[in-house]
Amino acid sequence: MQLDAKIPQGDLAGKWDNCRFDNKLVNPANKRKFDVIVVGTGLAGASAAASMAELGYNVKSFCIQDSPRRAHSIAAQGGINAAKNYQNDGDSVFRLFYDTIKGGDFRAREANVYRLAQVSNNIMDHCVAQGIPFAREYGGTLANRSFGGAQVSRTFYARGQTGQQLLLGAYSSLMRQVAAGKVTIFPRREMMDLVVIDGKARGIIVRNLITGRLERYSANAVVLATGGYGNVFYLSTNAMACNVTAAWRAYKRGAGFANPCFVQIHPTCIPVHGDYQSKLTLMSESLRNDGRVWVPKQQGDTRNPADIPEQDRDYFLERKYPSFGNLVPRDVASRNAKEVCDEGKGVGETRLAVYLDFQEAINRDGLDLILKKYGNLFQMYEKITDADPSKEPMMIYPAIHYTMGGLWVDYQLQSTIDGLFVIGEANFSDHGANRLGASALMQGLADGYFILPYTIGNYLAQAGFDKQPVDDPAFNLVEEEVNERITGLLKNRDHNKAGTQPVDYYHRKLGAVVWDHCGMSRDKAGLTKALAKIPEIREEFYENVYIPGTGQELNQSLERAGRVADFLEFAEVMVLDALEREESCGCHLREESQTEEHEAKRDDDHYSHVAVWEYKGKNEQPALHKEPLRFENVTPSQRSYK
Amino acid sequence: MAAKKIAITVKVWRQTDQKVKGSLETYSLSDISTDMSFLEMLDVLNDQLTMEGKEPVAFDHDCREGICGTCGAVVDGVAHGPERETTLCQLHMRHFDNGQTICIEPFRAKAFPIIRDLIVDRSAFDRIIAAGGFVSVNAGSAQDGNNTLVAQHRAEQAMDAAACIGCGACVAACPNAAAMLFVSAKISQLALLPQGHAERKMRAQAMVTIMDNEGFGNCGNERECENVCPKGISIRNIARLNREYLRATLAANE
Ligand SMILES: Cc1cc2nc3c(=O)[nH]c(=O)nc-3n(C[C@H](O)[C@H](O)[C@H](O)COP(=O)(O)OP(=O)(O)OC[C@H]3O[C@@H](n4cnc5c(N)ncnc54)[C@H](O)[C@@H]3O)c2cc1C
Ligand code: SF4
Ligand code: FES
Repeated sequence: MQLDAKIPQGDLAGKWDNCRFDNKLVNPANKRKFDVIVVGTGLAGASAAASMAELGYNVKSFCIQDSPRRAHSIAAQGGINAAKNYQNDGDSVFRLFYDTIKGGDFRAREANVYRLAQVSNNIMDHCVAQGIPFAREYGGTLANRSFGGAQVSRTFYARGQTGQQLLLGAYSSLMRQVAAGKVTIFPRREMMDLVVIDGKARGIIVRNLITGRLERYSANAVVLATGGYGNVFYLSTNAMACNVTAAWRAYKRGAGFANPCFVQIHPTCIPVHGDYQSKLTLMSESLRNDGRVWVPKQQGDTRNPADIPEQDRDYFLERKYPSFGNLVPRDVASRNAKEVCDEGKGVGETRLAVYLDFQEAINRDGLDLILKKYGNLFQMYEKITDADPSKEPMMIYPAIHYTMGGLWVDYQLQSTIDGLFVIGEANFSDHGANRLGASALMQGLADGYFILPYTIGNYLAQAGFDKQPVDDPAFNLVEEEVNERITGLLKNRDHNKAGTQPVDYYHRKLGAVVWDHCGMSRDKAGLTKALAKIPEIREEFYENVYIPGTGQELNQSLERAGRVADFLEFAEVMVLDALEREESCGCHLREESQTEEHEAKRDDDHYSHVAVWEYKGKNEQPALHKEPLRFENVTPSQRSYK
Repeated sequence: MAAKKIAITVKVWRQTDQKVKGSLETYSLSDISTDMSFLEMLDVLNDQLTMEGKEPVAFDHDCREGICGTCGAVVDGVAHGPERETTLCQLHMRHFDNGQTICIEPFRAKAFPIIRDLIVDRSAFDRIIAAGGFVSVNAGSAQDGNNTLVAQHRAEQAMDAAACIGCGACVAACPNAAAMLFVSAKISQLALLPQGHAERKMRAQAMVTIMDNEGFGNCGNERECENVCPKGISIRNIARLNREYLRATLAANE
């Protein structure tokens, strides 16, 4: 596997210009001769499909949900960053770049991150023009808030529903192109595999989730915008359908998988409350702007929070990190919450929670203002927990939230398979070992509106516009393999057989193993244990899982089983990657690599690289390749938020 | 409040596809925690059915936090169930009593054919948006964001309307199966903002035409839509839609 990042010549600020100038262009009249498949209709997929259609390409757009408008991006709450410096507080493209690369703990490419910061401003302009109802100041200008890890106020928002509004904006552009005949949407379709012909991505096999039938689609290029794999942990803040299948299948066809162990844990989620629980709910990080995090100073203090006087409370983030306080980055906040709970100071029934308290902010600004900012989040919290955060502190605990790892892509967003592009959360590109708040929306839209539409042209201009028939033997072969996999899942026809369990049982079991051993903090012994356990669960799964119904109909158990089957394979590579990276970095603490103050210790001498895994065949150990990271414009520093 | 365990009976609409007739089936569930969400209760039911060798109940869901608009069913005659401004996925079992029988049916409307059990086809909503629920701006052509000033209260009103999640409960609740609340939410958002003004007339006409063609009924001012809307979309938006539509028709006749 060759890893050529194709970073353009020139100084940092000129690279994107140089790239655009050097890229081949497709003649406007020829664009309509090209077909592009875009899998996924989240921010990345919807924006890419719409923009490419605006340019004149024919786009086929696929998603699992019944409508493109429902992709997981819809759930993003807090906001989107842009280097507008509207607040006159010293922001700039370079500062956004610097914050992002530092936030990622110096594990991302300078050139990609700088480009992201550069186009951030175009994104905002476009989204405003689409009629997205961003929050405004009295004078009518756009409002900003500050967000975890940043000392400038650069986050734009639409109440607590920024993802929803941005996605509906992208969806509206997409539907406009549907009406114009440039995009065809294929909802309720799940990509089951990638078809590679002569080394080039030429099509996909999808399962029609209503009829159960397999369908074939071909194109001149394939774009994966299939989101992150956080659901490998079973419980996460991700939507239920989030999966690794598309990325995993591409990996098995030759796409490198980069940094799979880089997963983000979000500090402010509603704690787990029962074993039937199906997902975790995020409380936006923006709450930390006004909420203060604390636990009782005494272990096992079970008094009502209101009865615990100031002097008996430990505002541990403010105490340990006086300059950032409650706004320390996510990993620092998460790890410290876990630490105080491990010390026995956790609160709530499970003792796996800390308080997030708004009393001081309410006293200072008045309840009205606080409700204006967070009203819908307070409501959501109350619906789930039956407790009102304006009367008593919220309880929060960290949860799996985002995956920085993903398919490896070069500067053009192309994977190691020619013609296969990967955008949004599905790629690994911009967030290093940790993502700053409000940067995923920015990245998804940067990729989709302003980067891929240019870079894909460079590929198409050289690849030619021949049509790929779907009766090619390559399609037959891949479809046959997909069929075999489905048959394999439906093998157990006896629900009474001893040991038989439904799909979620295995998913939960896998989730518990990776959460325990490959979560916020990891060590060699735990990871080794996980590596032994995962194949056992996988075997048990194929032996005993019982899926009612057939493959030739709408079958939600079968859908979930296919995703769990891929998680069960993927998890092994994720753990392997974690084992290999013997440094603390970004989101995770590697127990063996800490400073004397128990802070994460990075090891630049040995791990300043992207770890890229190559599939080597069934029962073969995947091969590890390394893309070295070079820092010419920033000096990697050990992060300190003290 | 600490969680309790309750036992309930559910009557669920079962229908294998559009062509066959469906019916209500009755199932008993014990040990349902009052902290469970309604969909988690259905998960438990489905695991139970699976292990009995029966077909689980098909139902749509994704985010499970009230924002994607995928979930929805009629619970005891009310779209999204008894809690105001709450999607089905955000409804919790603490709102039900021990021993209660709960009837669960799909959203019913001519324009929303049943696909299976509780799953219906709401793609008509996508076609309505495709008709005009957008601002025609290509990526790359926008001016600086702050060149368009929007008064704060206008932006807030637009946001109120834009909060629609496209779930379809309004249609299911309406005696005429009208989609007016859904359509008016999008029309209002874009009518309230300067960005939407250039295409105002085209939008109102095109969206209303498609709405009629898709088989949605007429608004009879029953207000049922507003009562079930999980996002509190106000019926005032329908008044605005009517004004926008009238304006467009008058202008067309000029
Ligand atoms: C609760 C929550 C809050 C968040 N808040 C913020 C925030 O405030 N700011 C921020 O910047 N980021 C936030 N994030 C992160 C951000 O929302 C996501 O990273 C981002 O939206 C991902 O977008 P995407 O387009 O890459 O993928 P997604 O939105 O996940 O879309 C994936 C798409 O791919 C489709 N798909 C997947 N697999 C297949 C398949 N096999 N076949 C066919 N289709 C498939 C899906 O149907 C879907 O359409 C938040 C995340 C969560 C969970
Ligand atoms: S108006 Fe309300 S009920 Fe109707 S689709 Fe929108 S959110 Fe759902
Ligand atoms: S599942 Fe998303 S709104 Fe209910």
